[in-house]
Amino acid sequence: MLTTMARPGAFMRWSRSLLPPLCLLTAALAGWGLYLALMVAPPDYQQGETVRIMFVHVPAAWLAMSFYMLMAASALGTLIWRHPMADVSQKAAAPIGAAFALICLVTGSLWGKPMWGTYWVWDARLTSMLILFLIYLGILALWRTIEDPATGARAVSILTLVGAVNIPIIKFSVDWWFTLHQGASVLRLSGPTIHPSILQPLLVMAVAFTCFGFVLHLLGMRTEVLRRRVRRLALLEAERLDRASVPNLSPYAASA
Amino acid sequence: MQLSLDHLACRRAGRLVFTGLTVSLGAGEALLVTGRNGAGKSTLLAAIAGLLRPAEGRITLAGTGERSRPECVHHLGHRDGLKPSLTAAENLAFAAAVLGSAGIAPGQALAKLGIGAAAGLPVGYLSAGQRRRVMLGRLLVARRPVWLLDEPTTALDREGRAVLFDLLDAHLAEGGLLVAATHAPLPIPGARELSLSPPPPAPPSPDDLP
Amino acid sequence: MTAFLALVRRDLALASRVGGSGGLGLVFFLMVVTLIPFALGPDLNLLSRIGPAILWIAALLSTLVGLDRLFQADEEDGSLDLLRFSAAPLEVLVLAKVVAHWLVTGLPLALAAPLFGLLLAMSPEAMATSSLALLVGTPALTCLGAVGAALTATLRRGGLILAVLVLPLTVPVLIFGVAAADPSREAARPALLALVGLTLGAAVIGTFAAAAALRPAE
Repeated sequence: MLTTMARPGAFMRWSRSLLPPLCLLTAALAGWGLYLALMVAPPDYQQGETVRIMFVHVPAAWLAMSFYMLMAASALGTLIWRHPMADVSQKAAAPIGAAFALICLVTGSLWGKPMWGTYWVWDARLTSMLILFLIYLGILALWRTIEDPATGARAVSILTLVGAVNIPIIKFSVDWWFTLHQGASVLRLSGPTIHPSILQPLLVMAVAFTCFGFVLHLLGMRTEVLRRRVRRLALLEAERLDRASVPNLSPYAASA
Repeated sequence: MQLSLDHLACRRAGRLVFTGLTVSLGAGEALLVTGRNGAGKSTLLAAIAGLLRPAEGRITLAGTGERSRPECVHHLGHRDGLKPSLTAAENLAFAAAVLGSAGIAPGQALAKLGIGAAAGLPVGYLSAGQRRRVMLGRLLVARRPVWLLDEPTTALDREGRAVLFDLLDAHLAEGGLLVAATHAPLPIPGARELSLSPPPPAPPSPDDLP
Repeated sequence: MTAFLALVRRDLALASRVGGSGGLGLVFFLMVVTLIPFALGPDLNLLSRIGPAILWIAALLSTLVGLDRLFQADEEDGSLDLLRFSAAPLEVLVLAKVVAHWLVTGLPLALAAPLFGLLLAMSPEAMATSSLALLVGTPALTCLGAVGAALTATLRRGGLILAVLVLPLTVPVLIFGVAAADPSREAARPALLALVGLTLGAAVIGTFAAAAALRPAE
């Protein structure tokens, strides 16, 4: 069942029929979540209305990390089973994950301005997210550099898995670095413990973001499948030209 | 137009590959340079193109008007000078703009070489023979009187060679000059042949400061 | 002029296609800016004081990193010979390559500098002056780097030699660049003018020296 679904042709069919209901679900969830987040949830007694940024910030952070996990899983698929759809899934996930990491960073610094009076503080969590963003950029750069998709997928898989092993180490060392410098800067991004009135909209928004990420991933994969088909057609065209003979042969053709 | 080599000697990697070469070539004439590997065929072409300064002797190209020798030559060497990520037409359009003295349009040139359908494909997708044909397209998109071709038949199939020989014929008929380094004989009527053989290795003298 | 524009257009197209290096310099710039606080500690006062210096060091390194391929790639595939046969002077073509390279690396750095200034807690004035100083000064880095790139075009291991050759030459640009980027200093304005002078001088010296290095001679 799964192997059939993973064939590119079958994938293009089921993803096309899945996308419209999924889009509707995403829109409904996002509408509900935004209503809860903007209208129902009370402003924070300390942070005021700015607390609402969290309803975008936290799901974006969650998705930035999930997409890395998705890429790492697909990378295993590429390396172990050499499945072309694993390559496609990896390639489609990278820009989406990078975009969510960027959203997380931007909302984090927008939140920081009223809270700390500056757009950026080298807080442990934000800094870890910045490094995750940089790793995403490296992966995107590697995709761009290698023209052949299969070779590129192999190279990127190795980089992704090395990154996956390193991310906990990076996270740990950044935390350690931050506590080392506590004296210099005592600001922390984490607010007080989460109140239930905030938790519900946050969860709805997290589910809405996840659906949105899923939609984007499917769209990205479809685009990548089509892009590969275009590339293969161009290669076939070049090969066909090689076999076709020149229309107007000169007298030399016979003698040479 | 007259190309004259006068007692020419060239070095490659500090060693003389040929000496005392005297040849003169007029309009519409072809010179086929033959010889073993390492006899200096490519070195001779590079020297005529102006990519290499001769160790001794002179190279003159008379009757070119204002233009210098490098501006009058087409030099097709071993490296094809094509960018894999650009399409065949883009590569030729660039060559035409840089070389100046415009000839026919890139699309027409590719059609003439029998790969008109490849105009929109990135050169990286093409086979060695097709790339060679795109490279030959440079001869058509920019008009230059002196053609210096290094192993022009490399990687070309029978049809490709036929197209090439047509080009060479037309070029000579228009009064162009041709110097080709080649292993395989080229069927060019009236072409002169120059066989290069390396001079015996001279013992290094104390005056020799390469 | 046709040849100049064609070369600029081709190099921009190459940078934007698969395998091109468009945007990589900017990513490297961001990485260097990110790394320095890990070495120094997250003290915003310290970072904002040395912010312009960090931006300039990062700009210097990211300009140099991409430069080794400036002429080497063309030398390897033979398109440099095509430029040597051009009716246009080699100096003009070198200038075209430098302009295209700057548009891909230097200009994005200068435009993105304010954004990266946020990471270093720089004041809005400092961000504006840094951006201006980078806009004026990075062409000098590219031009000086082009000389090194031309000299190392035929070398297999061009990258490291290029940096060793060029870095000492960039010291004046660094000095005046950092001075011009600091709005608190009185000397910022004269330093900016000096930077303009350095860029114009480097454009002349760089193109002629690089063309001389590329011209065939044996």
